[in-house]
Amino acid sequence: MAAEPIGHLDRHHHKTELIQQLLNAFQHDFPLSATPYADIADKLGITEQAVIDLLTQLKQQNILSRVGAVFRPNRVGASTLAAMAVPEHRLEEVADIISSYPAVNHNYEREHHFNLWFVATAENAEHLDSILNDMEKKTAIRILSLPMEKDYHIDLGFPLQLIQGGHHD
Amino acid sequence: MTAIQLAMTETYEIDAIDRQIIAATQRGLPLSNQPYHDVAKQLNLDVKDVLLRMQNMQDKGIIRRIGVIPNHYKLGYKSNGMSVWNIPEEKISELGQLVGSLDFVSHCYQRPRFLPEWPYNLFAMVHGKTHDEVIAKVDVIASLLGNNNRGHEILFSTKILKKTGLRIG
Repeated sequence: MAAEPIGHLDRHHHKTELIQQLLNAFQHDFPLSATPYADIADKLGITEQAVIDLLTQLKQQNILSRVGAVFRPNRVGASTLAAMAVPEHRLEEVADIISSYPAVNHNYEREHHFNLWFVATAENAEHLDSILNDMEKKTAIRILSLPMEKDYHIDLGFPLQLIQGGHHD
Repeated sequence: MTAIQLAMTETYEIDAIDRQIIAATQRGLPLSNQPYHDVAKQLNLDVKDVLLRMQNMQDKGIIRRIGVIPNHYKLGYKSNGMSVWNIPEEKISELGQLVGSLDFVSHCYQRPRFLPEWPYNLFAMVHGKTHDEVIAKVDVIASLLGNNNRGHEILFSTKILKKTGLRIG
């Protein structure tokens, strides 16, 4: 690093700072306006094209999942968090079966007796039940369905710290 | 969110056009100069209608937020611990709000117990760059809960088997 010209390091640091600003300041309150990227550009003091280019680049690098709405669970259709205790030797097979359902949008292996956790969503509660029943039949493993009863989190996104020792709020 | 807004959230039903807008935007808004115009054009709607309906869904709590959604994993937040807590019924509302207000908690839900094998009724998702960082944050929650914590565990994810945005039919 010592051989790098200082100007290059400055530019790199500046870019990281810009990315951090962009990712932290606009996790909520993304403008609902005709030209949202131009509005963001104004706030960051860069051009609209620079905002679009940066987001496109972050998207290509998979640092950005998407720009868009986060829907409140259980508002659009019915959903549940489900858990299964899968014998170790069947984990891959059962996980593949569960993931193959289009109704499943998250599926995680976790370190616990209940080692497979997934979120299933359907357009209504009856359809969701029939999907879970079908999964139980296919896998011969009982499913714990733990639907959300109350949401206590006020979702404003998640603060990221990309710069070592940088400001974080 | 005010009590009135909460009451409205309970009764608001989205219609077919809202559903179309959700379906068209759930994978992300286009990274173009006028992204909402593009969505409107695709759906044969007026852009004013798209903006109004998205604002309305946000006011009613169907949309939690609109923003840039980073890929936390790619940014180094590789450890995600699902902390689960056994909290007395009479205390859960108060303590759920307390835990849900912590900035390192990204989701905080009350869910049903599944006795005898699942005694936990409060779920708080904690993200960190390392397991130790997650454990330290969970310790903070434990000390806030004190005697009202009748037992807790952290379920670390070992594998993401599937992760997609919300999809509706």
